Amino acid sequence: MSVYTAPLRDMRFVLNELAGLAQIATLPGYEEATPDTADAILEEASKFASEVLDPLNYSGDQEGSSWHQGEVTTPKGFRQAYGKYVAGGWGALPVAAQWGGQGLPRLIATPVEEMWCSANMSFSLCPMLTQGALHALELRGSAELQKTFLPKMASGEWTGTMNLTEPQAGSDLALLRTRAERKAEHYLISGQKIFITFGEHDYTENIVHLVLARTPDAPEGVKGISLFVVPKFLVNADGSLGARNSAHCVSIEHKLGIHASPTAVMAFDHAIGYLVGEENRGLEYMFIMMNAARFAVGLEGVSIAERAFQRALAYARDRVQGRDLAAGGKAVPIIRHPDVRRMLMLMKSQTEAMRALAYVAAAALDTAHGHPDKTVRQHTQAFVDLLIPVVKGWCTETGIEVASLGVQVHGGMGFIEETGAAQHYRDARITTIYEGTTGIQANDLVGRKIAREAGATAKALLDELRKLDTELAKSRNADIQALRASLASGVKAVSDCVDFILAHAGKDPRVAFAGAVPFLKLMGIVCGGWQMARAALISERKLAANDGDAAFYSAKIVTARFFGDHVLSQAAGLRDTVVNGSGAVMALSEEQFLAA
Amino acid sequence: MKVLVPVKRVVDYNVKVRVKADGTGVETANVKMSMNPFDEIALEEAIRLREAGVASEVVAVSCGVQACQETLRTALAIGADRAILVESDAELQPLAVAKLLKAVCAKESPQLVILGKQAIDDDANQTGQMLAALLGWPQATFASKVKVGDGRAQVTREVDGGLDTISVRLPAVITTDLRLNEPRYVTLPNIMKAKKKPLETLKPDALGVDVAPRLRTLKVTEPPKRQAGVKVPDAKALVDKLRNEAKVI
Repeated sequence: MSVYTAPLRDMRFVLNELAGLAQIATLPGYEEATPDTADAILEEASKFASEVLDPLNYSGDQEGSSWHQGEVTTPKGFRQAYGKYVAGGWGALPVAAQWGGQGLPRLIATPVEEMWCSANMSFSLCPMLTQGALHALELRGSAELQKTFLPKMASGEWTGTMNLTEPQAGSDLALLRTRAERKAEHYLISGQKIFITFGEHDYTENIVHLVLARTPDAPEGVKGISLFVVPKFLVNADGSLGARNSAHCVSIEHKLGIHASPTAVMAFDHAIGYLVGEENRGLEYMFIMMNAARFAVGLEGVSIAERAFQRALAYARDRVQGRDLAAGGKAVPIIRHPDVRRMLMLMKSQTEAMRALAYVAAAALDTAHGHPDKTVRQHTQAFVDLLIPVVKGWCTETGIEVASLGVQVHGGMGFIEETGAAQHYRDARITTIYEGTTGIQANDLVGRKIAREAGATAKALLDELRKLDTELAKSRNADIQALRASLASGVKAVSDCVDFILAHAGKDPRVAFAGAVPFLKLMGIVCGGWQMARAALISERKLAANDGDAAFYSAKIVTARFFGDHVLSQAAGLRDTVVNGSGAVMALSEEQFLAA
Repeated sequence: MKVLVPVKRVVDYNVKVRVKADGTGVETANVKMSMNPFDEIALEEAIRLREAGVASEVVAVSCGVQACQETLRTALAIGADRAILVESDAELQPLAVAKLLKAVCAKESPQLVILGKQAIDDDANQTGQMLAALLGWPQATFASKVKVGDGRAQVTREVDGGLDTISVRLPAVITTDLRLNEPRYVTLPNIMKAKKKPLETLKPDALGVDVAPRLRTLKVTEPPKRQAGVKVPDAKALVDKLRNEAKVI
């Protein structure tokens, strides 16, 4: 069984050198977020992740959560670990001071959340959803709802859920049917919700459900959806718990992965609910939080990749098999074989590239939220909007790829549960599905984020990359020169695809959308290459200045070059798929699929 | 009652220690450093005494380079009320540290000094004993249980033969063993509060202490590699080997 050790060195490098923590700490309200504070937080969080959450990861997967007559029992040790999490005050990290939080920026919350998820993905989902629900109430809840629920949710004494999906309404929320009837000061909510993560559990005395439903006179479709708070137990005026609300967990799902995380089917039967904001604007409120939620799932891809890499690396150093190709002699640890190395480097380089992109996006979320200059905020928000589907889609798809490589490095033992490699692969599999599938992310990228604004932000990003090329040109390092060439072909590929999308999205959206996922992947690897190139340049500078830790910086340059040769090299092929491949996607009639 | 807790910055216990190529010491450049785990236990005990209302203030002290500030910030995050760094770039040996701590005690007048029984880097197991001798205070070493009241400390000590319980008059020096307590996890609010707690820096000169090393390190080498063992077929063969080859039974 592997032990998770937070990659603090790389996290600090990315935070300080690539994502610019020092700049974020100059934004109003984030003055506390200095690099030394970040260091102390990361250090202590890494202990908590390794010593409290990690030991429950494998046992939690084996045991799973269980349901009995409406009650859910989480695996052994999870409830106690959650108690320690609350006692440590970790849930309040990004929450505003007004609600008892520390008000730290997303950029500091990001590595901490990466650690929770790497150490124990199932465990991390409950705090993540609580944050989401809390955020929605913070943005749109009435003062009374905020006062009633936010302090308890910030401390983690109560947890939160998001109730969107219904059996007939998955990606298409326009189809949802849960009803909300007005009754005096509140509403009565009735309907069934599925796939509700931590919809029921034994952690806390209360659970705060956020539920999407329709009022009787609501318009059809997405414009008739409202958002409600439906607590498991009603809350009395003095803050104590009152009657049990009619919001019950009728079963939990049997799943491929994240076994410790209970996925509830919720039945609401005239349950008392309180409107958040205004009627019929529920989906709009959801969309406000969507960036944060999708970012969080993208980060899960980074987390699981890191974890799978650590597991595979430990095995590759330990497993003795086959002679050294050059030196011969006795059997050696498999890390000395070129193909195993290649797999480990693919895992390492993509994980580092994803981490860099995710943290840069986190810094942009902070800037878009807290910069004093409105133009900067708007400009950065557009950049965030463009990046979010890339972070969500690319980091999760690559997370699965990396976890799959992790199984492969183990050979036959990877297919056996006891190494833990299989769990990472199974756990990773949900990440490309929930909070919007990769297809949904790619459509969002192509449709809303590029076509709708005539590619303005995407083109600005390309300009940024071309500026970086002039910087790269100045380097004398052969690895960086090779990376520069790979990145340049990636930039050209993206540029061609953006032109293609803009040329076709208006006339026949199907032509543009047929290649949406390959385009998203292309954007991911080029943005990842962008960050790796920046990392390589900074490392070259640090080495020249003899700024300590030469092993780390020289490895970073080599890893960046590897990313260029083995990952960025796919860019030209993806471009061809996007530009030439749409015709055959839709050409067959549905009957022809059955013809063979 | 004021409690003083000396803490040492050492190579983290998870790090595989490597000897420097020139044999002058161990590699500490770019190596993760942490608080000596025995000192963490000492600090935890002091904070529990404060939480129980026995102690009124916990002061953490570290002697060494400027980076020891990080260790002191950790001590403040764990719960110390304030911290003192005795800053020196010199190699500080146990006797020098004991002298520095004596000077700090003269300044602070604590009723109790609790520190780890040894540091995991040099394993010297001397500082506490030397400090008690220099101060002329009673010492209770290798504590696995501490009870403080009525101007005395009742300390259960782990010794080879079992447990030894002694009672010492305060002020006294207590050194902690591994099983005294299990240190807490640092909470996020306390990390944030630690930034605002006072951290004072003193210099050995100002304390009137000569820290010049009294011992000279001749050479540092890796321990010899362990030889492979032999498998014995059964218990009888094992007993035979223990009796006739190893001659231990």
